[in-house]
Amino acid sequence: MGSITLKNVSKVFGAHAVIPSIDLDITDGEFVVFVGPSGCGKSTLLRLIAGLEDVSDGEIVIDGRNATELPPARRGLSMVFQSYALYPHMSVRSNIAFPLKMAGEDKASIDKKVEDAARVLNLTDYLDRKPRQLSGGQRQRVAIGRAIVRQPEAFLFDEPLSNLDAALRVNMRLEISQLHQQLKTTMVYVTHDQVEAMTMADKIVVLNRGRIEQVGSPLDLYRRPDNLFVAGFIGSPKMNFVTGAPAAAHQAHTIGIRPEHIALSKDQGTWRGTVGVAEHLGSDTFLHVNADGIGTLTARVGGDFAVTHGDQVYLTPDAERLHRFDEKGLAIR
Amino acid sequence: MARNVSTGRKLITTVVAWTIGILIFFPILWTFLTSFKTEAQAIASPPVFLFFDWTTENYSEVQSRSDYLKHFMNSVVVSFGSTLLGLLIAIPSAWAMAFSPTKRTKDVLMWMLSTKMMPPVGVLVPMYLIFRNWGLLDTRTGLVIVLTLINLPIIIWMLYTYFKEIPGEILEAARMDGASLTKEIIYVLTPMAIPGIASTLLLNIILAWNEAFWTLNLSAAKAAPLTAFIASYSSPEGLFYAKLSAASTMAIAPILILGWFSQKQLVRGLTFGAVK
Repeated sequence: MGSITLKNVSKVFGAHAVIPSIDLDITDGEFVVFVGPSGCGKSTLLRLIAGLEDVSDGEIVIDGRNATELPPARRGLSMVFQSYALYPHMSVRSNIAFPLKMAGEDKASIDKKVEDAARVLNLTDYLDRKPRQLSGGQRQRVAIGRAIVRQPEAFLFDEPLSNLDAALRVNMRLEISQLHQQLKTTMVYVTHDQVEAMTMADKIVVLNRGRIEQVGSPLDLYRRPDNLFVAGFIGSPKMNFVTGAPAAAHQAHTIGIRPEHIALSKDQGTWRGTVGVAEHLGSDTFLHVNADGIGTLTARVGGDFAVTHGDQVYLTPDAERLHRFDEKGLAIR
Repeated sequence: MARNVSTGRKLITTVVAWTIGILIFFPILWTFLTSFKTEAQAIASPPVFLFFDWTTENYSEVQSRSDYLKHFMNSVVVSFGSTLLGLLIAIPSAWAMAFSPTKRTKDVLMWMLSTKMMPPVGVLVPMYLIFRNWGLLDTRTGLVIVLTLINLPIIIWMLYTYFKEIPGEILEAARMDGASLTKEIIYVLTPMAIPGIASTLLLNIILAWNEAFWTLNLSAAKAAPLTAFIASYSSPEGLFYAKLSAASTMAIAPILILGWFSQKQLVRGLTFGAVK
C-alpha cells in the first residue's frame, strides 16, 4: 500500500528556505503531479520523499510508517530520473535486474521478473544491449523497467519526459498513464509542463516558491482556481487578466477570462479591439487582440473564423465563466 | 560531420601529418640508429644515415660497464611505487572534491596546480637538505616520495575530472535501487571509475619513468634509475654518442612498449572531457 503523508515538511539550504512548510496527503494508488515553474521546489520535494535529501523539519510517513529517517533504499520507493540515470556499463537486462539483485533475490526469479517487465515495456529485443545503443525513448523505458520490477510502494518520476522530443513525449505520456492503470500503484510525478499535469494526474499539486498554491483534480484547478497564480499557470493559452474599470464592474480587483471563454464577433460585443497576431493551428485560431482601454487579450476561436492582422473585432467574455480576484490575488467566490 | 573533403586536400593533410609525425619521431629514430654505430661514425660529418657498419658493440659495452637491470629495477620500483602511492592519496581526495565539493574546492585545486608552475630547482636545496638529514638520499624510498609529491597535483586533477564526469543521478539511482554504500562502490562506482583510474595510472608511470631532475639530483649509485644510467654516459671525460644512444634506447624501450600497448587508454586519458 503506497500512501504518502507529508507533515510540516520543510527544507532549508543555508539561509534559504526552499520549502518553508508543506502538508500533503497522497492516497494509495493515486497519480499525483507536482507542477510549477522552475525553482518552485517541486524536485526538492520529490527528493525529500525519496530520501535523497534530508528534511530540515517535519515528518514523512510512507505506508503508515514514519520514514523521515530512513535511507532511500528502505523507503520502498522507485524513482525514474530526468537523465534516466542508467548504469552505462551494464546491459539492459542487468540494469533492470539491479534492484532485484540488491534485494538478494535468486537468479531464476530475477530472470522471470526481468523478462516480464521487458515484455510490458517492449524491450525484449534489447535486453542484451548497452544503454548507449538505445534511443532516448528506449532508455526511458529501461529506466521505467528498472523502477517497476521490484513492485515498489510508489513510483517517483522527476521530469522524466523533458529530454524527449515532442512526438515521443506524447507517446510516453500515454504509456505512463496506461502503466498506472495496469499497476494501480501510487505515482508521484514532477513536471513543469502543465499539459502533462492536466492529462496524467488524478490530483495536481501546484507549487510556487516552495508553497502549495492549490491541490485538486485537473478540472477542479481549471474551473475553480484559488488564486491568480493557479489561474495563470493552468490552461493553455494562458488566462487573460483584466484590472481597472472592467474588473470593478464585476466587483473585483482583477478579472480572469480564459481565451476559450471569449466570444468573437465582427459586428458587436462588449469590448472592441484590433487583431495583432493570428496564430492558425488549423482546428483553432489564437487571436491576440489589442482591446481598446484594456490591453492585449488572447482569444481562442474556431479555425474557420477568418481574420487577419489589423482587422477590427468585438470580444464578449462569457460572464458565467469569469473568474474574479481580490487585490491579494485570491479568488472571490 | 560528413564534410566533403576533396582528394587534393586529403593528400595535403596526409603529407603534413606525416611530416609532423616524422619530425617528432626523428630524434628517437636517430638515437636508435646511432646506438648501432661505432663512436667514430656517430660523430661523422656529414652524418651517415643507414649505410654504416651495424654493430651491437655499444649495447654489450654499456651492459658491462653499468648494470642495466639494476637501474631498470630502480626505475620500475620508483615509477610504479610513486604512482601507486600517489593514487592511494589522490583517489580519496579527488573523490571528496568531486562528490562533495565545498566553496573552497576550486581554490584548493588551483593551489595544487600552481605548485607545478614553480621551477623545481627553486626548492632543490631545502629538499636536498631534508633528504640528507632524514637519510633518504640515494634510496628508492626517497625517490618514490619525491616523485609522488611532484606528480600528485596532476594525478588528483586527472582523477577529479574523471570523477566529475560520473553523473550524480546514477549514484542516486543506485541508492534508490537499494544498494548499500559498499554495493554502490562495487557495482556502480568502481566499474565507471576504472577507465579513468587506468589512464591516470598509465600517464603517471610514464611521467615518473621520464622524470630526470629529481632522480638525478637525489640519487647517486644505489637507487639510480634509468635516467641516471643515461646521464652517466655524458661524462666530463667526453661524450660517447653511440653508447649514450644505446643507453637511451635501452632506457626508453620499456616505456615505449607500455605506451604502445595502452595508447587507446592514454589518448582517452589526455583528451577526456574534450569530446563527448
